[in-house]
Parts: sequence; structure tokens; C-alpha cells
Amino acid sequence: MHSAPRYASNDGVAETIAKVLGKHVVQISEANGEIAVEVVTAKLVDAMTLLRDELAYQQLMEIAGVDWPDQDPRFEVVYCLLSLTKNHRIRVHVRTNEDVAVPSVTSIWPVAGWLEREVFDMYGVLFEGNSDLRRILTDYGFSGHPQRKDFPLTGYTELRYSEEHKRVMYEPVSLPQDFRKFDFMSPWEGADYVLPGDEKGEQK
Amino acid sequence: MSLSPDLAPTTTGEDIQNYTINFGPQHPAAHGVLRLVMELDGEIIERLDPHVGLLHRGTEKLIEYKTYLQALPYFDRLDYCSPLCMEHSYVLAVEKLLNVEVPLRAQYLRVLFAELTRICNHMLNLGSHVMDVGAMTPNLWMFEIREDCLNFFERASGARMHAAWFRPGGVHQDVPLKLLTDIADWLDNRVLQLFEDAISLVADNRIFKQRNVDIAVVSKDEAIRWGFSGPMIRAAGIPWDIRKSQPYDVYDRVEFDVPVGTKGDCYDRFMVRVEEVRQSIRIMKQCLRDMPEGPVLTEDRKVAPPKRADMKQSMEALIHHFKLYTEGFKVPEGSVYVATESPKGEFGVYLVADGTNRPYRCKIRPTAFSHLQAMDFMSRGHMLADTTAILGALDIVFGECDR
Repeated sequence: MHSAPRYASNDGVAETIAKVLGKHVVQISEANGEIAVEVVTAKLVDAMTLLRDELAYQQLMEIAGVDWPDQDPRFEVVYCLLSLTKNHRIRVHVRTNEDVAVPSVTSIWPVAGWLEREVFDMYGVLFEGNSDLRRILTDYGFSGHPQRKDFPLTGYTELRYSEEHKRVMYEPVSLPQDFRKFDFMSPWEGADYVLPGDEKGEQK
Repeated sequence: MSLSPDLAPTTTGEDIQNYTINFGPQHPAAHGVLRLVMELDGEIIERLDPHVGLLHRGTEKLIEYKTYLQALPYFDRLDYCSPLCMEHSYVLAVEKLLNVEVPLRAQYLRVLFAELTRICNHMLNLGSHVMDVGAMTPNLWMFEIREDCLNFFERASGARMHAAWFRPGGVHQDVPLKLLTDIADWLDNRVLQLFEDAISLVADNRIFKQRNVDIAVVSKDEAIRWGFSGPMIRAAGIPWDIRKSQPYDVYDRVEFDVPVGTKGDCYDRFMVRVEEVRQSIRIMKQCLRDMPEGPVLTEDRKVAPPKRADMKQSMEALIHHFKLYTEGFKVPEGSVYVATESPKGEFGVYLVADGTNRPYRCKIRPTAFSHLQAMDFMSRGHMLADTTAILGALDIVFGECDR
């Protein structure tokens, strides 16, 4: 048994959530000792209000974005809720696309303001009702959404101080050597690329 | 330039306009690279807009390109004032996904050093808070304790700050017995004396109280809605400590008290941290007393490397070592959110694994994000000079805030 934080038991929590949220729920899953509730994106605010007022999940601790480029809808937004009175944590998941806005929960928890700004900055997910949806972590005038899986690790621009111009210059990234992404996966398991020479066997 | 008296702003009936000033990004009281855009009416703050992200290094993106083990040192560089507590959340998240059992000695060692980190962090924060409101001496005295802490980190891990000492499954190396006895000596004979000396200069000091009491009062309700955690929520009067309510490692085997504030002002936040230092000392003494002998890293060879000596004899050990340091270990598919009580509050890691040797997504929940966001409503109506006290009591480090 691992020694990660041990909070109140999950027994019966999923059933209670399913009963209280009713048809807002898409699915409830329990894995690794944590309960994840996927709700209908458009009904997020209703579901969150119910979770806070009926089930005593008073605090919103975190909003995380996840990018799944192969899936549709592409983005997942994860809300981590904490109940101080019941000593329990759950996660609320919603799925969305680039062009579908997620309802903002700033009316329920003001802390969501910056957390949503960060998801917007990193993934380009829009939040309807957030009155201050500016970029937060990236540079002034930055373009693109760096946490997307199709955004390169090196980025597109680099900056340096130019002694000649006496100011900071923005330039396209130039790498003296290609960025190398090593694949250490064992060729006997997991690797899905064709090993050089393998194609000869296929042809027969 | 001559200015006739009837045109001076104070003598005409004209409205005096608010003006906007920039606090930082280069300011000694900004505790790093923080830019505050402040709208002032005279010296009263009307609106405050913190601009963060000046230290954004893309840690979360980098971690997606590293194996689970290679990702660990990035956590030291988040909150560089309490590096081991940052690692703690991450290794617990990986262990939760792998469901690895950690040997008891390793759990004690991790708690011991997490509490040492807490002392180290609070020395810096209390010291700089005191200095921000005008006192010089306590900071210098507390840095003496911090120096001792850093020396202990060095003796345990080889690095003074970026220890990278915790591992999924335990800790990297056992500590020498002499280090443990030295820590015990230090706890018994040195740290409290130095600490109480320094605190006695400010805790009841009239000037210090004038600068902190009733500044930025946060109610219980506000603390909950703004996602406060750690000393910030405790100062508001809510006895919430993850070490107590959701114990991890051996926190359920040690005794300690959770200090709670009464008013939720800057002075309460300061005093909550002061008491936490005393409680940390208590926890560390119990750890030293109860720590058993035994291994410090799990025996699961798919997660933790074998001993050097075994590798000279056993082919299998050599293969395990090679595989762990090239491919790394694979973590089964799934996602967890693990939060621990870092010195600054709830530090969480939301880890999504896709069954490979690299994290698919590692979202870090910084404590500073929600606290700094609340600074706008906390500072409204206060004087410009109070921002330094408020900022000092928030305990913000930008490595963690900006990631």
C-alpha cells in the first residue's frame, strides 16, 4: 500500500454524487482510490453549485487542462475539489473543443479567475463568463498555446539582448542541432515504429 | 518654473486623479520577479493587478519530455526555498499510481527532512517579512538557522538547495548516523535558542505590531472561496492541515498541534508560522526517536535500482540498473491528484500517466497562485506601505508561482 495522503473513504460517495447531480453526469469512475466525475460541459456551473452546496465540497483547489489530440472533443478540463468538512477530494472533468467555451465557475469560486486564465493561456480553452480572460504565464504579446501536444518543446521564438541595438530582440528559434527526442521504449514491447529492416519481412 | 498658489491642486476645486504605479518587477520587497500594477488614490490602494509569469520556464512541458525519474529534479526548482517538500508531492503521486510500498525508515526520513525544509522555509519567510517592515536583525539571526539546515541537506544529499533526494519508493541514500545525532543535538541545543531570540525581538514589538495587526484581514468564508491553504487558511481560523487530516508517510504516527489564528490578519499569519516552526521541531524529535533501522528504498527492482554491490555479482541487478537509467520505469495508465502540506500551503500534483515511461501530463498546483490572486481584495483600502507586509505574509516564491 502506498503512503500518499489518506482521506475519508470513497464508500458510497459515487452513488450520492450520481443521485444529487442526476442527469448532469456523463460518467463516474473510481480509479487509484480517487473519484472522477465527468459532467455535461454546458451544465458545469449547475453541477458545481450542487457539489458545493449539497455535498459540501467547499474549496476549488486546482483547474488542470489536458490535451488529447486524437480524441474529440480534444481538451479535458479537470477541477479538483476539496471538502474541508468531509475531508474528501473529488475531481470533476469536462470535455471541450477549441471553439466551445466552458462555463466559468468564477461566480462560485473567485479563485477560478486565475486558474481559468492559466488553462486558457496554456491550451486556448475559452471560459464563458470569466471577465478577465487574459494570458497569465506567457510573455506579453505571446502567440500560441504552449501546453498543447502539437506545440514544440523549443517554442517558435527566442530572445536575446542585442548590444548593437541596445534592446531585447525577438528572433525565430534556430537550433545548431536538431532537438533529439530519445525513445527508450523497449523494441520488444510498446514501440510502435518499424525497425529498420523489418519491412523486408512484411513484403513476403 | 513658477507655480501660482491658486493653481496648486490642493487649493483649486479640481478632482485629483488616481494614478497608477508599477511595483517591481525589480523590487527588493517583491520577493522575486513580481510586477504589481497599482492604482492609487493618494497613498490608498484602489486596485492592484499582479502580473506573474516573468519566471515561467515551462516546467510542466519539460516534464512531459522526461522520464519519471528525470522529472524529479525540476520539482526542487519550483519552490526553491523548500525543495524537498516539492519533491514530496511528486514522489507520492508516482507511488500512488504504481502502488508501491515505501519502507518505514524511508517514510521517517522523508518526514524528518520535510520538516527540516519547513523550518528552513519559514526562516527565510519570517526573516524577510520582518525585514520588509523595517527590522534588520532577526533576519540575520534566522539566516544562521537556515545555514544550518542547508548544511544538513548537503550532508544528506550532497546538494545544499536542490537536493533531489526523494525517490519514488523511498529516498536516494541512507543518511550517516552522525548526521542524525548532529540533527538531534541541533534540535536540543541550538535551533530553539536562536529562533526564540530572534522572534522575541519582533513578536511583541510595538512597531512590528503597528505594521501588521489588522492589516489585510481575511474572513473564514473568504479564505475558503479564494482557495487558501496552509498557514493562510489557518491564520483565518480554520484548523486545516493536510498533515493532520489526510496524513501521508508517517505523519499519523507523530504528535503535533495545528496553530490557528484568531483574526486572519498579517500578524496572525506571522505567528502561525512561528508556532509551526516549534511544532516542526517537535515532529523532528519524534522522528529521530522512532526511526527504525532498515532499507530506505523499496525492494521492487522495477522501480528502484539495486545496490552497487549487487551489480558486481548479479547479472539481473545489472540489467535492472541499466533499464532503470535508460528506459526508466513504466507507470500504469491512470490519473491522480496528490496534495501535501508544503510550508506555504497545499502543493498538489495532478499526474496523468498513459502507461509509458514518461508522464503524459503533470499539472502542478502552486500555493502562490491562489494566494497572490487574493492580494487584490486583501490590499484594497490599505496604504501603499502595507503591500510589503501583505506580500511578506503571503509567503510567495516565484519559482513555484510561475513554474
